[in-house]
Amino acid sequence: MPRILIQDAPFDIAAETAALTAGRTDVGGVGSFLGVCRADDGLEALVLEHYPGMTERAIARIAEQAEARWPLTGCTVIHRVGRILPGEGIVLVLTASAHRAAALEACAFLIDWLKTRAPFWKREEFAAGSHRWVAARAEDDEATARWEHDPTARASHDTTARSSHDAAAPRAKA
Amino acid sequence: MRVLYFAWVRQKVGIAEEELAPPAEVRDVAGLVAWLAARTPGHAAAFADPRQVRAAVNQDFAAPDHPVAANDEVAFFPPVTGG
Repeated sequence: MPRILIQDAPFDIAAETAALTAGRTDVGGVGSFLGVCRADDGLEALVLEHYPGMTERAIARIAEQAEARWPLTGCTVIHRVGRILPGEGIVLVLTASAHRAAALEACAFLIDWLKTRAPFWKREEFAAGSHRWVAARAEDDEATARWEHDPTARASHDTTARSSHDAAAPRAKA
Repeated sequence: MRVLYFAWVRQKVGIAEEELAPPAEVRDVAGLVAWLAARTPGHAAAFADPRQVRAAVNQDFAAPDHPVAANDEVAFFPPVTGG
């Protein structure tokens, strides 16, 4: 079962990593991604908003796909919401497996999917009191798409991926 | 129908959620967008360019032709930017 947390508080990467190996001897490696708040253009803070309920569902689904696709012994996804200062962690993805390839690939898969399929929104706050919403990046969609084109992906994954990717703009019908 | 708004869509509409009873001719997400856009200037601003807005029905991403019904929870928001 993946460990999924959405929280305001900072997370402890060492404690979370230790929890994935505690009491077991079959883990050969833990892949990790730590997303950190960067102070671009005089940024003072990031404020993260999410869709309670849907966020947990979306991440659980993505984590289930990772566990089905790679032989993981465990995985942890912690995403912070609320106000986050430069230098602080925003998101933590940990994947444990017997071998490094599975751990590293699953970790990259999870963060790529999180960036484009989990309902979080970042607002940047600046020194002068101004703020702006972060715009979605095409590169992130491309990073996620590479997992959909992976021939090792199960058919059901492709279907899920495509249907959510197509969840595009509610444009008016012709 | 419970309708939720997030991020700049929420800011433009001016409220985070509302309980609505759209008319029977509102059958899908695109129809709901068209109906909502005519409600207030805030709604009109939020849906001025529908291509910039994503939708979820009952907490799953939903395409414009996804059906909507009286008891659904429908959410509108910008493309996601987490991670």
